[in-house]
Amino acid sequence: MDIFIQQIINGLVLGSIYALVALGYTMVYGIMGLINFAHGEVVMIGAMVALMVIKLLVNSGLPVFIIILIALAAAVAVCMAVGYSIERIAYRPLRRAPKLAPLITAIGVSIILQNLAMLVWGRNYHAFPPILPTSEHDIFGATITSLQVAIVLIAALMMTGLIILIHRTRLGRAMRATSENPPIAQLMGVNINQIISFTFVIGSALAAVAGLMVSANYSIAHYYMGFMLGLKAFTAAVLGGIGNIAGAVLGGILLGLIESLGAGYIGDLTGGFLGSHYQDIFAFFVLIGVLIFRPSGLIGEKVSERA
Amino acid sequence: MSSVLLDARAIAKHFGGVKALHDVSLSINQGEIYGLIGPNGAGKTTFFNVLTGLYHPDGGELIFAGEKLPASAPHKVAKRGIARTFQNIRLFANMSAMENVMVGCHVRTHAGVFGAVVHDRRTTAEEVAIRRRAEELLHYVNIADRADDLARHLSYGDQRRLEIARALATDPKLLALDEPAAGMNGTETEALRELIEGIRKDGITVLLIEHDVKLVMGLCDRVAVLDYGEKICEDVPAVVQKDPKVIEAYLGGSLA
Amino acid sequence: MMGFLASFEALRHDKRAAIAAIAATVAMGIVLAVFPFIVGSALGNSWLRIVDFAMLYIMLALGLNIVVGFAGLLDMGYIAFYAVGAYLYALLASPHFGLHLPVWLIIPAGAVLAGIFGALLGAPTLRLRGDYLAIVTLGFGEIVRIFLNNLNAPVNITNGPQGISGIDPIHLGGITLAKPISVLGFTIPSLHAYYYLFLVLALGIVFVTIRLENSRIGRAWVAIREDEIAAKSCGINTRNIKLLAFTMGASFGGVAGGLFAGFQGFVSPESFNLMESVMVLCMVVLGGMGNIPGVILGGILLTVLPEVFRHGAGPVQMALFGKILLDPEALRMLLFGLALVVVMLYRPAGLWPSTTRRREFKGESTDVLKEGE
Repeated sequence: MDIFIQQIINGLVLGSIYALVALGYTMVYGIMGLINFAHGEVVMIGAMVALMVIKLLVNSGLPVFIIILIALAAAVAVCMAVGYSIERIAYRPLRRAPKLAPLITAIGVSIILQNLAMLVWGRNYHAFPPILPTSEHDIFGATITSLQVAIVLIAALMMTGLIILIHRTRLGRAMRATSENPPIAQLMGVNINQIISFTFVIGSALAAVAGLMVSANYSIAHYYMGFMLGLKAFTAAVLGGIGNIAGAVLGGILLGLIESLGAGYIGDLTGGFLGSHYQDIFAFFVLIGVLIFRPSGLIGEKVSERA
Repeated sequence: MSSVLLDARAIAKHFGGVKALHDVSLSINQGEIYGLIGPNGAGKTTFFNVLTGLYHPDGGELIFAGEKLPASAPHKVAKRGIARTFQNIRLFANMSAMENVMVGCHVRTHAGVFGAVVHDRRTTAEEVAIRRRAEELLHYVNIADRADDLARHLSYGDQRRLEIARALATDPKLLALDEPAAGMNGTETEALRELIEGIRKDGITVLLIEHDVKLVMGLCDRVAVLDYGEKICEDVPAVVQKDPKVIEAYLGGSLA
Repeated sequence: MMGFLASFEALRHDKRAAIAAIAATVAMGIVLAVFPFIVGSALGNSWLRIVDFAMLYIMLALGLNIVVGFAGLLDMGYIAFYAVGAYLYALLASPHFGLHLPVWLIIPAGAVLAGIFGALLGAPTLRLRGDYLAIVTLGFGEIVRIFLNNLNAPVNITNGPQGISGIDPIHLGGITLAKPISVLGFTIPSLHAYYYLFLVLALGIVFVTIRLENSRIGRAWVAIREDEIAAKSCGINTRNIKLLAFTMGASFGGVAGGLFAGFQGFVSPESFNLMESVMVLCMVVLGGMGNIPGVILGGILLTVLPEVFRHGAGPVQMALFGKILLDPEALRMLLFGLALVVVMLYRPAGLWPSTTRRREFKGESTDVLKEGE
């Protein structure tokens, strides 16, 4: 029983991170109909920058809280700049191009970011300095660390903030209008370029936070970490219904739970034939299943083919 | 002596709570030009989409040439002999005019991968026949000189004609035209009229959705009027024109 | 190769050009025949290996082009079919299971098996819209790789991450291509022999693709790409025709995979990661989707360019700075990524787009139809 609860907790933590990253995919897709293939790399950059700042300040005598805050600020700033540049350089000139062109530039950007990271930070894994409090709490026989609590809380806070931004502010209204119908939004005086840039910047900020969370949670960061994470988060976005903010959150958490429960029980389920190293497979099976049986995602709008 | 080619029985289709078609029944006779008119949003195109298998009807059935039409299977409908054009022209934009028509021949031809690769005698003959037929049809709709141009580079009127040629290439018994005169000028419309009459003379039954009332009234043998998804009238043009319900549906508009 | 294609096209269209075309073909044939000797002696064997790999990638790119370029179905897990072909060869002709079946049996079997995998993947997914299909196929590719990585326990089928080594080299009629072959007192080194085999098969695939493109089936593929609803209304059974594209494309991948296993003598899951799928996709899109010569060009460029960067990145730094400042491997991929972005920004339709797309530049365009609608 406590293993079950433990897996639920792990799943929630993982899911919160997926959700934050998934929001970046879903916002961009909602507004431009584009899969921002490079988004996972932005998460990686966020993790790397934060980690470097922490390593730099770890012996400065500053309180841990301040160090983390500075690291986070640096990561967010860098990621925002990266996200903004990606859109300006690789996507904006191609808005009217054949559909596959921006996909290829996205892949190109992804490769560039990954290898830039390799040049800057090397091929090695970077360990997260042990500065975070490691106190553990007991829930129903399972343990949850303060860090895990913090991750879930911060993620929830940021998602709430985003939803308020989108549904309660002028800017959010402009974003929603743009995603409904860009030309009409433009006629109504919305500066589409600005809105799209803004969407990338917000998504990248969330990615930076998620990056710090991942590296803190697994105590490790690596130039290649963005790829799989991005893929999973995208799956989460699709699972929830791509383009749908609440869907990304739901999809992220569900995927986290599925993965961690699946990895925990797959051995028993298959009589030991498949082990926990198949963890990564769940995301894809879920993805394929969702797309086949409910292509619009769990709470996505049904898009009927128009004749 | 007229036999029924298409018999639509109580066709219903709704989207959510909106009844786009409410028990619409109509029958089209062999060899006639049958008009389907009605105000915007009356359900004309929805009827077309149900007829050609793009939408699944929520009720009713379609009997075509004595047999029930399959639902939701556009390619089977085409095979059975119903071809259509689209209100907002759907050509294969990056294929040449010629190729567009050749695609239309797909449903009456058979070559598979083996034939395509090996070029056996049958496939070669079939390919020659397809090419000849496509040329013929381009001549027929009067755009033979644009055969090698990309569909997207044709003028609006020529695109409409090309779409008709492509539909004819499927060798239909019934040709369904969705607002073929939309956006055409007077001369083009007149040419279109001649084209449609010619098609009928060749023995193909025509179902026509059209806003140009003059064209419909002058061309059609019989006309049905849809309003809010219901058929409110079906008769020869002269009668339809005077029907009070029809006049009301058009708010006393342009029918007079 | 390009010249050959051009001449082939001409051959079909114009009889007067036929003689010139035949001359061009003969000239091209001679160039292609002596090419490995030129590369081998001028640049060395490592480059000849790259040329051999370029042939394999051309086959892959042509196979994917059927799916992406003709039918417009974005497949991002294409490398899985390459993996299927390669692993089938590895399992049936290596000490791993002690099987040593002949090549002429394994390669066609690989094509068939990969085709079946293509159909299996296609059947449930083909009604998905473009981007979704991309992600599902991507997921499929990863699933195949993860299974290859992990199917070493409890029953050892794939030997896991270590991969399978000691794979039999390709041998035809008792002659192995792994050792120099003497023909009429003339010695053909192994890499050259592989070159000729791959060349013949690549040309075969080119031929098949051209034939398909100009057929009823090929037109149906393009029609689906251009407007699926209109294609249905023209009587095309879009599901079957799409499935056919998937199966055909996959089987080409299976052939290339088998050849790869025999050539390399070793397969491991790492050779079939997502980056490889992306690479082949880039060959197709960058070269000029749907245009066979463009795709071939893409295949050659994207095989050779990264190698040029690899060989250049170290020495150029040494010459400029006197030491290696930047990791050459990272630098080469960085340049590769940059090249992708720059080419797409300036030539969104690819380096060598198809003639139909090129006709757009001839002017007199009254574009009523918008692209991509």
